[in-house]
Amino acid sequence: MEKFFSQSQEYLPFLFQGVTYTILVMLCAFALATGLGLILAFMRVSGIVPLAWVARTVIVVVRGIPGLVTLYYIYFVFPDFGIALTAVQAAIIGLGIAYSPYMAEIFRAGIEAIDRGQTEAALSIGMHWGLVMRRVVLPQAVRVALPPYGSTMVMLLKDSSLASTITVADLSLQGKLLASSTFENTTVFTLVALIYLAMSLPLTAFNSWLERKLRRS
Amino acid sequence: MSVIELKHVRKSFGTHEVISDVSFSVEPGEVVCIIGPSGSGKSTLLRCINGLETYQGGEIIVHGESVDATKSRIRGIRTRVSMVFQRFNLFPHRTALENVAEGPIYVKKEPRAEVYARSRELLARVGLGAKMDAYPAQLSGGQQQRVAIARALGMNPDAILFDEPTSALDPELVGEVLSVMRSLADEGMTMVVVTHEMGFAREVADRVLFLDGGVLVEQGSPDEVLGRPQNARTQDFLRRVLPA
Repeated sequence: MEKFFSQSQEYLPFLFQGVTYTILVMLCAFALATGLGLILAFMRVSGIVPLAWVARTVIVVVRGIPGLVTLYYIYFVFPDFGIALTAVQAAIIGLGIAYSPYMAEIFRAGIEAIDRGQTEAALSIGMHWGLVMRRVVLPQAVRVALPPYGSTMVMLLKDSSLASTITVADLSLQGKLLASSTFENTTVFTLVALIYLAMSLPLTAFNSWLERKLRRS
Repeated sequence: MSVIELKHVRKSFGTHEVISDVSFSVEPGEVVCIIGPSGSGKSTLLRCINGLETYQGGEIIVHGESVDATKSRIRGIRTRVSMVFQRFNLFPHRTALENVAEGPIYVKKEPRAEVYARSRELLARVGLGAKMDAYPAQLSGGQQQRVAIARALGMNPDAILFDEPTSALDPELVGEVLSVMRSLADEGMTMVVVTHEMGFAREVADRVLFLDGGVLVEQGSPDEVLGRPQNARTQDFLRRVLPA
């Protein structure tokens, strides 16, 4: 135990360098996945058949491909088509795309959970579609979507470790490098696991707080 | 000019025709009650008037403008013809006051302060001056429906469509909603009311329409339609709904 603590002091600064990338990739990919997910969800509920069909196809295709393969594809295959991205850019875009179908389905479920009468009442006072969504449907859908949305955020935090496979020096890659140079597997990977956990707990707490706040209003 | 005019309106869901060749008009200040058995197309007809449903034949004209739910101009018509729903459909995440102010502020872009002042007056007028800041879940059904009426009035409409406004209410709450509607009628509001409340129709309506199977079977003054119905289907319906 004493050894663990003394080694920790030595290893943590190196691991924390990786934390920066983990947080960067996670937050950017999450924002991208949220944006893409919202667009896909709006397309699906738009009532415009071709749009809904395109969205459904994108969701099925992207969801059927492992995130790891999506990352490989963007990082290793795109350059063949003249699109060369840095590892961090590829990780953010890849994870953002890979997570967008889940986001889309979460948002769609939230939107569809809202009673049809709400939309009708909003239309009946002359609102256009965008206003119906912004003022009436989405504020209510958020409450329905928030719990799965929060879990997805935690999942994405953990899956950001996939970025290490395309050379992003995130927490997991730093851990692997450290472990292979020191052979202190137990200490290093315990620390890596604890740091991931320490990052996910505030996310979970933030979500519970937000849910409580929304339920009150 | 009529506020609302229907000319030979037809509507079908698939092959099933739910409204067959219905024509009538509503004049300014008139209260028209539409009665008839469940499934007779009453609510559908009402929903066609403000474009919540499309129709396949004939024409609906509101203030000289043809109603077409697929065109964006329908929004202008909806601001002039408000709707009150059977299940209230208040926005649950907004207070009573915000529900009333929503349309004027966000659709008609009227100044906030004016809208809130007017919305407060409207809520007071429907007897909810003390409940301005309550959320719909904190209100009884009758109170919610009165907020919904205030919301409809907030748009300063030329006419209000009521879709069975008391059917979802507990019996003891029906009276408070009907009395608000009665006072609106007295003040000259143009109203089209789909209802099962024969007493209300008899006292308040200028004209009663009896719809059965999507067909406008009979229309006339309450005395004529409810008192001396000419058509066998009207007679049969009234025998079933009116206490002997």
